[in-house]
Amino acid sequence: MKYIDIHAHMVSRTTDDYQQMALTGCVAVTEPAFWAGYDRTSAAAFADYFRHLTEFESQRAAKYGIDHYTWLCLNPKEGEDRALAHEVLNIIPQFLDHPTVLGIGEIGLNRVTRNELATFTDHVDLAMQHRQLIHIHTPHLEDKYKGTKVIVDTLAADSRIEPARVMVDHVEEHTIEMVLAQGFWAGITLYPMTKVSPGRAIDLIEIYGSERVCVASACDWGPSEPIAVPHFIFEMRRRGHPDRLIHKIVYENPVEFLSQSPKFHIRQEQADAVLY
Amino acid sequence: MSTYPGTCPLTQQQLVDTYFMEHRTKVLDLAAYLDRMERSIDRNAEADFRVVALRRALQELSSPEPGRVQRIQMLLSDPTLEPMLQRDQQNAFGAFGRRDQEVQE
Ligand SMILES: [Zn+2]
Repeated sequence: MKYIDIHAHMVSRTTDDYQQMALTGCVAVTEPAFWAGYDRTSAAAFADYFRHLTEFESQRAAKYGIDHYTWLCLNPKEGEDRALAHEVLNIIPQFLDHPTVLGIGEIGLNRVTRNELATFTDHVDLAMQHRQLIHIHTPHLEDKYKGTKVIVDTLAADSRIEPARVMVDHVEEHTIEMVLAQGFWAGITLYPMTKVSPGRAIDLIEIYGSERVCVASACDWGPSEPIAVPHFIFEMRRRGHPDRLIHKIVYENPVEFLSQSPKFHIRQEQADAVLY
Repeated sequence: MSTYPGTCPLTQQQLVDTYFMEHRTKVLDLAAYLDRMERSIDRNAEADFRVVALRRALQELSSPEPGRVQRIQMLLSDPTLEPMLQRDQQNAFGAFGRRDQEVQE
């Protein structure tokens, strides 16, 4: 079944992973800017990373027939450094016109600090100034509930925000309801240890429905699974769900959300490919 | 808390036939982990906030009330909404309470 992985940190993956994704039906990935595993020391390091995301990575994906799009930001793990954040926010606009940049992301919170929140709202301002889609990272583990609530409350109080243009990612059982209730899109991350298993992702969809919901691998340099979405597809079938519903979640929903950016396109041969 | 009746398209018998084995393994893993903690060469983390949270989560597992997963998620969450003044470290711990514990020590 063809699918779109809306959250994959492909700069951390090998070309073998692109091959696996292509073999299992992946037609497009979108890659939010992320933490490198260490704090970058200058805005120049971010400029190099943004070039990597916008130039090299899309060429690498294209060799496997996968369209590669990206989101730019200084990620929440580095949001504590306000001086660096200001410098990076200043260089982002020069990349926003690139044909594969869909918006600002993944912005959000990590440990939920005052500085992280200030850096988050600076990015929201930037997205509003340039009419960009927003992709949001919610914190992990014990910080998830608090961080998601702070993010949702902050955005709900901002009259400029159109919730349907915002993806709030990494939702779990205790956060999905508040995200959907405010009109945002909800991303469910299929991650072996710290996030949600395919079985629990399906529980969420059975309970809360399939509107404004996407699933993604969020594969990165840590323990993660680049073909997590096919594992989800397999588990959906095992759980008795029809292919029509699975197709909506792994293909039609991402297309609906991402097509709000005029830069996102499904190539004709992908659109024409056998539906299921 | 609603039980969301009928939202899972499989019958209970199908859920048992398909998924019993993998959940049997998970229960045994948890049991063995608790035994291993007791056999430890140095029982120096009996009151570690993560162990305490895990024990509370295990009690919740045997609750007859639906909504177990949400309640366990909240048992493992920071329930406050006030942002930290400054970042303490990059990674979360998996349970809430370390800062409380440090204050008490
Ligand atoms: Zn990510």
